[in-house]
Amino acid sequence: MARLIRTEKEVEGRYTEQWIVVEEDPLDRWPEGPLEVVGRPAARVDGLQRARGEARYTADLALPGMLHAAVLRSPHAHARVRRLDFAPALEAPGVRAAVGPGDCDVLVEEAGYQGAPVAALAADTFSEAQAALARVGVEWEVLEPLLDPDEAVSRGELIEEASRYERGDVERGLAEADVVVEAEYRTATVLHNALETHQAVCEWEGDELTVYISTQWIWGVRKDVAKRLGLPPDKVRVVCEYMGGGFGAKIDPGDHTYLAAELARRTGRPVRCALTRREENLASGNRHATVQRLRAGAKADGTLTALEGEFTMAVGWDGFVSSTAGPMKMLYGCENVRTVELGAKLTTGPNDAFRAPGFVEGTFGLERLLDELAAKLELDPLELRRRNGADADPVDGRPFSAKNLAECYRRAEPHWARRGEVRARSEGPWRRGVGLASQVWYGGGGPPSYAWVRVGSDGRATVLTAMQDIGTGTRTAMAQIAAEELGLPLERLSVSLGDSSRGPYAAISAGSSTTPSMGPAVRAAAADAARQIVEIAAQRFEVEERVLSLRGGRVVSEDGKSWALEDVTGLLEDGQILGKGSRGPNPAGMRVLTFGVQVAEVAVDVETGEVRVERIAAIHDVGRVVNPLGASSQVEGGIIQGIGHTLSEQRLLDPGSGRALTVTLDAYKLPTIADVPEIVTELLDVPDGHLTSLGSKGLGEPPIIPTAAAIANAIRDATGADVRSLPITREEMLRALREARERAYAL
Amino acid sequence: MTELLVNGGRHEVHGSVLTTLAEVLRGHLGLTGTKVACGEGHCGACTVLLDGAPALACITLLEAVGEREVTTIEGLRDHPLVDAFVRADAVQCGFCTPGQIVSAAALVRETPAPTREQVRHAMAGNLCRCGTYPKIEEAISTWQG
Repeated sequence: MARLIRTEKEVEGRYTEQWIVVEEDPLDRWPEGPLEVVGRPAARVDGLQRARGEARYTADLALPGMLHAAVLRSPHAHARVRRLDFAPALEAPGVRAAVGPGDCDVLVEEAGYQGAPVAALAADTFSEAQAALARVGVEWEVLEPLLDPDEAVSRGELIEEASRYERGDVERGLAEADVVVEAEYRTATVLHNALETHQAVCEWEGDELTVYISTQWIWGVRKDVAKRLGLPPDKVRVVCEYMGGGFGAKIDPGDHTYLAAELARRTGRPVRCALTRREENLASGNRHATVQRLRAGAKADGTLTALEGEFTMAVGWDGFVSSTAGPMKMLYGCENVRTVELGAKLTTGPNDAFRAPGFVEGTFGLERLLDELAAKLELDPLELRRRNGADADPVDGRPFSAKNLAECYRRAEPHWARRGEVRARSEGPWRRGVGLASQVWYGGGGPPSYAWVRVGSDGRATVLTAMQDIGTGTRTAMAQIAAEELGLPLERLSVSLGDSSRGPYAAISAGSSTTPSMGPAVRAAAADAARQIVEIAAQRFEVEERVLSLRGGRVVSEDGKSWALEDVTGLLEDGQILGKGSRGPNPAGMRVLTFGVQVAEVAVDVETGEVRVERIAAIHDVGRVVNPLGASSQVEGGIIQGIGHTLSEQRLLDPGSGRALTVTLDAYKLPTIADVPEIVTELLDVPDGHLTSLGSKGLGEPPIIPTAAAIANAIRDATGADVRSLPITREEMLRALREARERAYAL
Repeated sequence: MTELLVNGGRHEVHGSVLTTLAEVLRGHLGLTGTKVACGEGHCGACTVLLDGAPALACITLLEAVGEREVTTIEGLRDHPLVDAFVRADAVQCGFCTPGQIVSAAALVRETPAPTREQVRHAMAGNLCRCGTYPKIEEAISTWQG
């Protein structure tokens, strides 16, 4: 019977309450450790399609009669359109339609950042559309840019009201401290640069709109597009079969989707709107820069007595303020904490979620501060962290559903113990050292999410759910979970996803939530199908249901008899067995979080300021690991992105005009294969005993969180220099070395 | 009208003096395995072989190809590297993967058992934002089984 319950839902730290319907009785939890399929390394079920170039991405879609849009974007950081004349552009070869402010509400008259969309047109080919853009008559009134976040705050230019948090008494905590450290840390604006740019193809059939889109959330796009266009949601179909990376910036439909929909409506033809790489680096979102003014007080034994932070985020023209104070509130059991988060409204491109938004930046500041504190206390940095562990959520006292950070620290010891040997390998100008940093993040997922499982008479099964695989390997994880429950080898499973008209509602692929949200629904659907198979077999072979189970593609009886699955399902000929499942609630009154620690080894050339990362050991606890092979890839990918924003990536603006200088991939420095250190991944792989029948949490974000701080702390270990600004350019490295030398002379 | 030799077949294609090889492969011949991610020769996603040597299709003009044979990922689908990439999990979102495999195929044809440094040198022009690099190294070091 359906039970209606109220439960808490979390995405990237934003909690909401909602009603859900729970139909099934909870399933037994699987035992710990590798099972038949779950917990064992599996190559991706769609690996061949992707590797052979057969997978069709949104970028590869060519519909009959399809037109191509090009978008006129502001060349100025801040400007107003005085006059817009489409007439010459409409006469250009191939042009079919043009739209400006007033025609589509994503087009603006006041451009608040370079790249803000002002007008768009559709033509037979993309090059014709681009050529016609140059013929649009446009007159700009250039306005004053505002680029400095501190200046914006002092002028009161905030995106939203300041967010304040306080527990205990920070003044008392500081007064009781034996040691106080304070420092200012900065992180740069960094760009997602998924290799498939933001794009959509929109096609109208009558009053029904199909949106083919590179997205992290099929159902979110469906809901937003329907709402904005005034359509019933079931008139909007959203398709994303293969997706070329998102990292947080492809959650909303985006301006391009609304432009494609409007141009398609006007022309009666399908329209593609795809950002170029340069547009991608101006107008598709970014991780906002931060300025963090932090203070910590501690007793001589290392007990934290106070943590205080003022965080200013360079949000841009719009976008949300990422929770940069999160780690300071959540990571340590300090009684006295006060934070304020200020989101500066600037004439720069909008902030968007980027792999653990806020926590990457905030962990850099907090975990650097902890190492500066450890140095002053002459305490081992690992020991300092151990002494300040939180047994319950420090924010509201809730018990954790599971917390194994202490075990992560224990597993980090052998890596941490390499310090002496690593330092001893310093030679000439190259100084070597080891640093570590801890990680806290969400990642529990939540309801609602649904899946169906279809078993055919040939004994093969298909998982159907309208989720998306953005490259994380969730298609494979879902196949593994269903295979485990059905007792089938992985090769007898298919997964059909990526189309809102081909399966039920599914969760967002963000916030490290896909596997913990979808996995339990898929398992429940497979269990529903498995139950029906057992019931059919019991009747056909005249045995009791309770002695039957599904294993190795067979229905197995306790007395040793067994029948091939297809001998049972084959009875049905064209008939199918249909299972359905849904995601149940998260544990009431508990805090579901992920934890981990990374240990970095670096080499620093103290003459040139060159920094090389030589080794990173990553130890994370994300509950049960469904696919250890895919999981290690997630960890490596997170760390490599982390190395990028630690050492080389930053969006640079011309300080006078506010125009971006880093819009191409030769100017914006992504890590290459030559920048990758040795990476050692250790996942605890202990199911969270309170979280769903699966006990799995998400792994997309945790690995990127501590990387920058671990590297910067290793630099301190190697050289005694405190780097406080990301990326750690040679200038920053040499500045920190100079400061350390001056500090040494002064003593 | 230009004659183009692609994956062992001859094709008559039309293009202006500014038409790129990537446009012809993807748009005219339907060979969408060649991806375009930056369109200006910075990322390697569009890598194809011209007479066996890696080239960036997005900045190679059709007119400049001449008599050289073009090999795209579609012409390398049965190369053992493809399986090696899948086995090693050197595929995340997969958008850069065809270009990676084409570059790797050129490398192992010259140097069947490359050193780590040779792999890093030959593959440094193929960006992967998902960070599959360690698995790419593994795939290239195990491609012969």
